[in-house]
Amino acid sequence: MAIKTVMVGLATCGISAGGEKVYEAFQKELQEGADFVLRETGCVGMCYREVLVSISNGAQESYLYGEVTPDRVKRIVAEHVQNDKPIDEWLVSGADREVGFFDKQVRIVLRNCGVIDPSSLQEYLQSGGYKAVERVIKEMTPEQVIKEVQISGLRGRGGGGFPTGKKWELTRASVSDKKYIICNADEGDPGAFMDRSVLEGDPHSVLEGMMIAGFAIGADEAYIYCRAEYPKAVARLRLAISQAKKQGLLGDNIFGSSFNFNIKVKEGAGAFVCGEETALIASIEGRRGMPRFRPPFPAQQGLWGKPTNINNVETFANIPWIILNGGAAYAAYGTDDSKGTKVFAMAGKVKRTGLVEVPMGMSINDIIFKICGGIVNDKKFKAVQMGGPSGGCIPASLGETLIDYQQINKTGAIMGSGGMVVMDETTCMVDVAKFFLAFTQAESCGKCTFCRIGTKRMLEILERITEGKGKEEDLVTLDKLGEQIKIASLCGLGQTAPNPVLSTLRYFRDEYEAHIRQKKCPAHVCSPLLTYTIDQEKCNGCMLCPRSCPTDAIIGEKKLPHKILQDLCIQCGKCFTVCNQDAVIKD
Amino acid sequence: METNEKEFKPFNVDIWKYDGHAGALIPLLQSAQDTYGYVSERAIDYISHVTGVPPAEIYGVVTFYAQFRTKPLGEKVIKVCNGTACHVNGVKEIANTLTDELGINYEETTEDGKFSMVSVACLGCCSLAPVVMVSNETFGRLTPQKTRKLVRDLKRK
Repeated sequence: MAIKTVMVGLATCGISAGGEKVYEAFQKELQEGADFVLRETGCVGMCYREVLVSISNGAQESYLYGEVTPDRVKRIVAEHVQNDKPIDEWLVSGADREVGFFDKQVRIVLRNCGVIDPSSLQEYLQSGGYKAVERVIKEMTPEQVIKEVQISGLRGRGGGGFPTGKKWELTRASVSDKKYIICNADEGDPGAFMDRSVLEGDPHSVLEGMMIAGFAIGADEAYIYCRAEYPKAVARLRLAISQAKKQGLLGDNIFGSSFNFNIKVKEGAGAFVCGEETALIASIEGRRGMPRFRPPFPAQQGLWGKPTNINNVETFANIPWIILNGGAAYAAYGTDDSKGTKVFAMAGKVKRTGLVEVPMGMSINDIIFKICGGIVNDKKFKAVQMGGPSGGCIPASLGETLIDYQQINKTGAIMGSGGMVVMDETTCMVDVAKFFLAFTQAESCGKCTFCRIGTKRMLEILERITEGKGKEEDLVTLDKLGEQIKIASLCGLGQTAPNPVLSTLRYFRDEYEAHIRQKKCPAHVCSPLLTYTIDQEKCNGCMLCPRSCPTDAIIGEKKLPHKILQDLCIQCGKCFTVCNQDAVIKD
Repeated sequence: METNEKEFKPFNVDIWKYDGHAGALIPLLQSAQDTYGYVSERAIDYISHVTGVPPAEIYGVVTFYAQFRTKPLGEKVIKVCNGTACHVNGVKEIANTLTDELGINYEETTEDGKFSMVSVACLGCCSLAPVVMVSNETFGRLTPQKTRKLVRDLKRK
C-alpha cells in the first residue's frame, strides 16, 4: 500500500474555519504512530466547505473531504488512511451535490492552488514550475516573449483591462539604464480575495511571471506591493523569494545567462487609492499615496523616475502558462474581445462561496447557478455587484450577460478585479450604493475637489434617503453630481466612484422612489423606514424584548403578549434580534 | 502620547540603512508601530532624526494610511470587517452587539483599556461573512448570539 499524502487547506479561509486545529489533530495522529505524509496547501476555491482535506496515494487517486473538524480526524485516519476505506458521507466529491463546481471551470491561474504545498519549491518545480522562465531565457528574445503575450490577448486583470503585451512593449521601448517591475498585490476591493488566494496558494507562479516580465522589458529589480492585511500572503511570498534565491532562480546570472533579477516585498499600509499605479509608486517611495497626472505614464517615468511596468497578481500568474502552452492556446478560450480565463471571488448570498476560474464568455447566470449552486435558501436572485466600489450592480434581468470586458461595461458595471457579490431580495440597493460610496468617500485621497467633496455630498443625499428624509429632486442631483465627479477626477478611484450609485439608479430606480415617496424600504434593511410590531399569536411573553429595548417602548406582562409603542420606538431592531419566537415583525 | 525617555527602545532602523532609499519610511513606521502598538510623537522625532525627513512630512504619511495609529489601543483589538460581503450579510448587527456588550463604538477603547473596536475595509474572508478578527484570529459566520458569547469568552480570558 502506497503511503498516503494528507493535505490540509491552510489559506486564510481555511485557517479562519479552524484549519490549524485540524492540522494539529493530524499531527497528533502521526505522533501516535499513523503512517502518512502531512502537508499544507492553499485554497482550492471551495471556501464554503472549509476546512478541506485531500487524501491521495500517488497522482491518480485523490479524495477531498469537506467541513473537517478535529473530531473527525481520528476516524478519517483510522478508516481511510490506514485501511483504504474512504468515508463517503464526509467526502465532497462523494455526494452529487457538488456536481458542476469544478467541471465548468478552466484552471490556469489557479492551476496549483490547493494542489501543491505553497511552502515547497520542490512541488512547484515538479508541477512544471520555472520551466517557462528557463525557456524564455534560453530560447527566446524579449521581443518574442512580448509577441507571445500579445497573441494570448491577455489584459490586465487588476481592473483596468489594459492589454498586457502592449504595456510590456511600451516599457521595453523606454530607454533607461534602470527599469522596474512592480506586482500590484494591494487587493483593496472589498469583496475580492482572488489575489490573496494565489499569493497564499501558489506564490512561485507570481514570482515566475514577474521574472518573465523583467526579462521581456529589461528590468532587473522588482517589488511586490502587498496589503498589510494579508499577513499570510506576505509570509508565503517572503519564503518563496528566499527559496528561489537559494536555488539560484533569483539573483545574478539566472540559468547561466546574463539575466539578473531580484524581488522585494513592500507591505502596504492600508490605503485603497494605492491600487492606482501612480499612487502605488508614491507609496513605495515612502510618500502619501496620492495619484499624479499621467502622462508621463509609469512605462516612461515610474518608480524613482525610471520606466516601470506594473501588473497585478493574477496577470503575472497567467504568464508562465502562456509561455509554456503558447499564446494561441490561451486565446482559444474566451470571446473576440476578451481572451483566456478570469478568476472570480464569489461572496454574498450565493450557496457556494469561494473562488472560481472560468473561461471568458460564460454567462453570469451560469456562474451563479450552475457553478455556485444558486442563491442561499433559494431566495430570489436580485443582482450581482461586480467591480467593487468602481463597479456597478447588474440586475437579474441581465443575468445572461457574458463575462467579457465590453459586454459588462455596457451594463454600467466593470469586470474589475473579480469580486462578485451576489444579492437577493433581502438586499436593499440604496443601502448597497450608500455602502460603496461611504467606502470611496473615506478612501478618497482628497486631491481632486470633485472626488473629495462631490462624493461627500452624494453620500449625504443617500444617507438622507435611507433615513426617510429624501426629496424628489435628490435623484436628479445624484445623477448630475455622479456625472461631474466622473469627468472631473484625476484617477480611477474618483472617475468610477459614482458607478455604484449610477448603476443602481439605472436599474433599481423604483427602490429609490419607494424610499423617497412611500418612505418604505422594500428589502426591509433601512431601519429608520421600518415599523416593528409584535405578532400577538406568536409572542409567549418571555420578557426578552422589553428588557433589551433601550427606550422602554415595549410593554406587557410576563407570559402575556407584548406590544410596541410606536411613538417611543426608535427602530433599533434589538427586539427583532433577541426574539427567539420569530414574533417581532419588520415591515 | 509622550513615551518615557527611559523606556524608549529604538526599533529596527537597519531597514533604512539597508535600503538607502526614502522608500524605507513606511517600513520604519511599521516597525515603530510593531514595537509600541502605535506611532508616538517620540517615534516620529526619532525617525526624522535617522532619515532627515521633516517630522511634518512623516506625520503626513502617518495620517494618510489607515494602518497607522497615533494613540495606543486596548489590549485586545476587535477588528470588524466592513467589506461588501460582510455588509450584505449583516455585520451591522454584529457591530451593534459588540457595542452593547462592550459599551464602545468604532475607534474607541474601553475604560479599563482591555478592548478596542475598529472597523476594517475587508479581511478577505468574504466566504465566511460576517467576520471579526481578534489578535489575528478570525471568527466567521457570526450571529448576534455567537458574538455575545465571543465577547464573554474574551472577557474571561
